[in-house]
Amino acid sequence: MSHEAAPKSLFDKVWDRHLVRPQTEEQPAVLYIDRHLVHEVTSPQAFTELRERGLGLRCPERTFATMDHSTPTLPPNVDGSPAYPNEENRKQVQALQDHCADFGIKLFGWDSPHRGVIHVMAPELGLTLPGMTIVCGDSHTATHGAFGALAFGIGTTEVSHVLATQCLLQNKPKSMRVNLHGRLQRGISAKDMALAVIAAVGASGGVGHVIEYAGEALHWLDMEERMTLCNMSIEAGARAGMIAPDAITFAWLKDRQYAPTGKAWEKAVEEWRSLRSDDGAVFDKEINLDARLMAPMITHGPSPDRAMAVDSITPHPCGEAEGKGLDYMRFTPGRPLMGEKVDVVFIGSCTNGRLGDLRMAARVMMGQKIHPQVRMLVVPGSEQVRREAESEGLHEIFERAGAEWRLPGCSMCIAMNGDMAKPGELVVSTSNRNFEGRQGKGARTVLASPATAAASAIWGEIADPRPFMEAPRVA
Amino acid sequence: MLLEDFSTLKSRTLVLAQENIDTDQIIPARYLTTTLRAGLGKAAFYDWRFDENGKPRKNSPFSGHHPATHQILVGGANFGCGSSREHAPWALTDYGFRAIISTGIADIFKSNALKNSMIPIELPAEHHDALLANPGAELVIDLERCAVEWPGHWTQDFDIDPFGRQCLLDGVDPLGFLQQCENDIAKYEAKYHEL
Ligand code: SF4
Repeated sequence: MSHEAAPKSLFDKVWDRHLVRPQTEEQPAVLYIDRHLVHEVTSPQAFTELRERGLGLRCPERTFATMDHSTPTLPPNVDGSPAYPNEENRKQVQALQDHCADFGIKLFGWDSPHRGVIHVMAPELGLTLPGMTIVCGDSHTATHGAFGALAFGIGTTEVSHVLATQCLLQNKPKSMRVNLHGRLQRGISAKDMALAVIAAVGASGGVGHVIEYAGEALHWLDMEERMTLCNMSIEAGARAGMIAPDAITFAWLKDRQYAPTGKAWEKAVEEWRSLRSDDGAVFDKEINLDARLMAPMITHGPSPDRAMAVDSITPHPCGEAEGKGLDYMRFTPGRPLMGEKVDVVFIGSCTNGRLGDLRMAARVMMGQKIHPQVRMLVVPGSEQVRREAESEGLHEIFERAGAEWRLPGCSMCIAMNGDMAKPGELVVSTSNRNFEGRQGKGARTVLASPATAAASAIWGEIADPRPFMEAPRVA
Repeated sequence: MLLEDFSTLKSRTLVLAQENIDTDQIIPARYLTTTLRAGLGKAAFYDWRFDENGKPRKNSPFSGHHPATHQILVGGANFGCGSSREHAPWALTDYGFRAIISTGIADIFKSNALKNSMIPIELPAEHHDALLANPGAELVIDLERCAVEWPGHWTQDFDIDPFGRQCLLDGVDPLGFLQQCENDIAKYEAKYHEL
């Protein structure tokens, strides 16, 4: 009697394919890792561990590094050296360069045309492929799930495990499917969708889970937008976010530097086509959201799940935490946020630092000037994004408007490299975290899409981008 | 790093009732430029403990508590969310904490904590509420039995990753364990050789 195999989810398929040893009662699974991405902040102690134990890398060819968090975005010093804000940053980057040289790791460093925020540059190079397991000492590794990879953040101890053995000890997370019905309206972006999902799931709703995003809405999202959506999965507490690869994915990946070529490409695509959840696959949690109803979103408290439509009013706090959050933000319950004075606007990060994001912002800003009280930083996510944006003249639109066009890096997303807001300043930011002090001590962060951020820069106050998006405008 | 011996812990609690305490609160990003693990205790909850001028805040929940007597941190729901930085548990253990209690602890933080001999414990809301309402309660945590006791009040079992627990109790080294899987790893690679 033939026995139908139980239906599997996309996550099940990728997980099962990477089991070196299955999970038992006493022991976690030993999971094989296809790609290990390394940056300067979460790796030095792992390399030290390897040195102390006298270990080398098991698979240097599966390991790729870049530097992004501690790197300056200002132009180099007159002598050509990077403009580090201080010695600590310089030393941290130097340590990565030394470790990579000693352990034989490919580093996309200062001299590389591919350096950039790790979750922006790796997909660009085709290092991110469907069906892979990808890890990085960084919680936004979920970004790579947009390609149907199982990608998640790990701690530094685990970084040392992967460096030494190419494996991780993992208990299998639960699964959750977020079905996104309908199509986003014009002027509403994947960032708005991500914030709407997080608001619906809650900051801890995804804890212990891997999310699969599914539904009609995804057919209308390009790869960059899918990355934006998966990127913020961790903000709902989830380990990873995944989207089944399709024709859009394959077209985007074709001819990328590290993607397979020729016969191998055809074979790979054939395999990748099976990377989708079977009919009847079971999820531990499932939610449904209607993309047609989504609006431009902003956050009103210091947690990414405190998101609302830009043109609605702040909630009356339900519970002490929400009240405290509004207090920190100096927002009043029951009032609109549109019109709230903005000090700084940041466009960039692994959430919204890609070409499409910059185009979206440029479209709003074309022929406009930012408000004189606003300081605006536009930071491309990678050298490649910078080149492409400059070849389209986007940097000129930003500069003419009065914004600063910077070198690629994490910049104000994490405020480690000298780019930061002052205490009390209100920042409209396209990054992913609005935690207290994330963008500088006492800084107040409102998360939004590039369009909303750009519109707010022009008005000098939190603004709805839709009026700017209605008709194509000439400069 | 050697794992420390840990089977029971008797200590008082320090309570931070706020929900969603993220790892940026536990250690602000400006302290992440270090290339070492040690010495991060001074940065733990820095902006909660010190004001803009670096002076200790008088109304901080930390003031008046000695880390040696208050080794159990009771945090609000969804503790440790946000960034994967292992600097967060490094800072907390260096400060003196040995256990974290909440109703829910974020995945990566939980895993990082356990790897650094700090016990992440998720309790039902009623017991958690009681602890929030009674800062400084003296608890006994028994890792052998996986139970927390508030003497005179209640005893509650907790779930913990069995392997992580075994590593702490028996001194099993996870990296050493993975290295011993070499045969299986090599077999796996032979089967799926392509990159
Ligand atoms: S851009 Fe921000 S979230 Fe992304 S990797 Fe850099 S610091 Fe992390």
